Amino acid sequence: MIINGVQIDKTFAEAFPMKGTRAVITAQNEKWAMISAQAMTGFATSVIACGCEAGIERVLDPSETPDGRPGVSILIFAMGGKGLAKQLETRAGQCVLTSPTSALFAGIDEGKQIPLGKNLRYFGDGFQISKKINGKRYWRVPVMDGEFLTEATTAQVEAVGGGNFLVLAESQPQALAACEAAIEEMRKIPNVIMPFPGGVVRSGSKVGSKYPALGASTNDAFCPTLKGITQTDLSPEVESVMEIVIDGLSKEDIDRAMRVGIQAVCDLGAENGIRRISAGNYGGKLGPFHFHLQEIMA
Amino acid sequence: MSALTLTMKQRLDQRVDMSPLVCQKLQDLEPTEIAAIRLQNGKRTIRVDELFKIKGDDTQNIVIEGSYGKLDFIGKELEGGSITVHGDAGAYLGQDMKSGRIQVTGNAGLYAGCEMKNGLLQIDGDAGDFLGAALPGNKQGMKGGTILVKGSVGERAGDHMRRGVILVEGDAGDYCGSRMVAGTIAVMGQTGRYLGYAMRRGTLLLWNQPQLSATFNDCGPHTLAFLPMLFASFRHLNSKFADASVAFNRARRYGGDMAEVGKGEVLVKQ
Repeated sequence: MIINGVQIDKTFAEAFPMKGTRAVITAQNEKWAMISAQAMTGFATSVIACGCEAGIERVLDPSETPDGRPGVSILIFAMGGKGLAKQLETRAGQCVLTSPTSALFAGIDEGKQIPLGKNLRYFGDGFQISKKINGKRYWRVPVMDGEFLTEATTAQVEAVGGGNFLVLAESQPQALAACEAAIEEMRKIPNVIMPFPGGVVRSGSKVGSKYPALGASTNDAFCPTLKGITQTDLSPEVESVMEIVIDGLSKEDIDRAMRVGIQAVCDLGAENGIRRISAGNYGGKLGPFHFHLQEIMA
Repeated sequence: MSALTLTMKQRLDQRVDMSPLVCQKLQDLEPTEIAAIRLQNGKRTIRVDELFKIKGDDTQNIVIEGSYGKLDFIGKELEGGSITVHGDAGAYLGQDMKSGRIQVTGNAGLYAGCEMKNGLLQIDGDAGDFLGAALPGNKQGMKGGTILVKGSVGERAGDHMRRGVILVEGDAGDYCGSRMVAGTIAVMGQTGRYLGYAMRRGTLLLWNQPQLSATFNDCGPHTLAFLPMLFASFRHLNSKFADASVAFNRARRYGGDMAEVGKGEVLVKQ
């Protein structure tokens, strides 16, 4: 399949099941909601070393937030429910409780409930106050700028992590420009995040390593500088490969995000140095969810 | 199906225990069976059809026409369904109510909504003493749900209240929120003496400055984020509380009762 001169490989991206949840951070203005959200989702690129994958889903209008203030919704994904709950709580405690004027709410209602502010309340040292409003429990924790308002729990749902595609270009600037265009479009899709810095990964990995301690290592087949010395998957004119990784609340959400992302890359086309779109395919070693590129773009 | 309508035929001198006439107990009963139910009236019992003219068959929607202040225990332990009372209700209206909805167009007597668990109890007129309170000797009053009183309430509203919301459009008598364990009582009108007497936790939300005991300490004016959310949860009610113009998020906070646990609060609109 070729779109605008860009070859879409007959391959698929492999993804794996994760547990996910959404939280809504509000603040006096969007600036402070965003600061808190960025802190909470910081260092959360890959479960391999961060414990979770997290990112900002979108900015919320005051009319969409529980307390009618500007807000930001974030998504957090982890390999298991326990890990997710731990990461959520630690990050909320360090990055939202501490952030001026912030409040924290559940972003998903249906599903298994996991603590959001349920344990953060103890920061109130006994002065915390519980309020049940419309069947939901909230905690009012006295803090130095007033009160930190938080919902007690949020819902954990089944999710999918590791959806991806690779952009193969003739130069590094061209690969990056294409990825930036893709991310801009993909950020408009709900229920997904691209957890890596700016949404783009330059260190795509394969499963396993020659070093037994490592579970993943550089994807040498797609490393342009190794073209001559490894079993490469790159043609001579490809000089740079970048990956976009997508986590979503469902397979369909990732499908949608991949479609608009790949389309944005293809819109730049061969004339801007984009040669191929491929995907992280690990021969079934990574996970049960398969995203076939040509089917997605059909 | 039309509402099961019970219209008063006569007004008895002795009080009547209406507790058998709740939606869950009447489910699947034929009108003739309902007519044969016996109600306690003073020291004797009378048949339902002696007291009421019965019309309609929807037992999940009960309407009592021409009610007066001697019909006690209306909606006792109500579990789902709706009861509408045209006129006044006696004592113990909606006692131990578990879910559903009760509306009284007139006044209600003592202990309305006492030890209520959930649901909505609306009184369009006034309510007597011990609204949403604990029964004598018991330690926990209302544990959930919403009580809306469009008129005024007597003394000891929310005594020993544990959870839930009491909304009073009019005035509240003395000892409002006394011995409160938790929950929220909002009073738009005036409040009497000994407000929040011995309250442990909970919120008294007021539109007018109360006369506070010396055991309540001023914590100053504050903008509280939970208040707009609380007011938003009243939007579905047929009440002044649903009006966005009465809502506020800036309140003066008094902490107390310091003679007790001291984790309660009186929030007064600023």
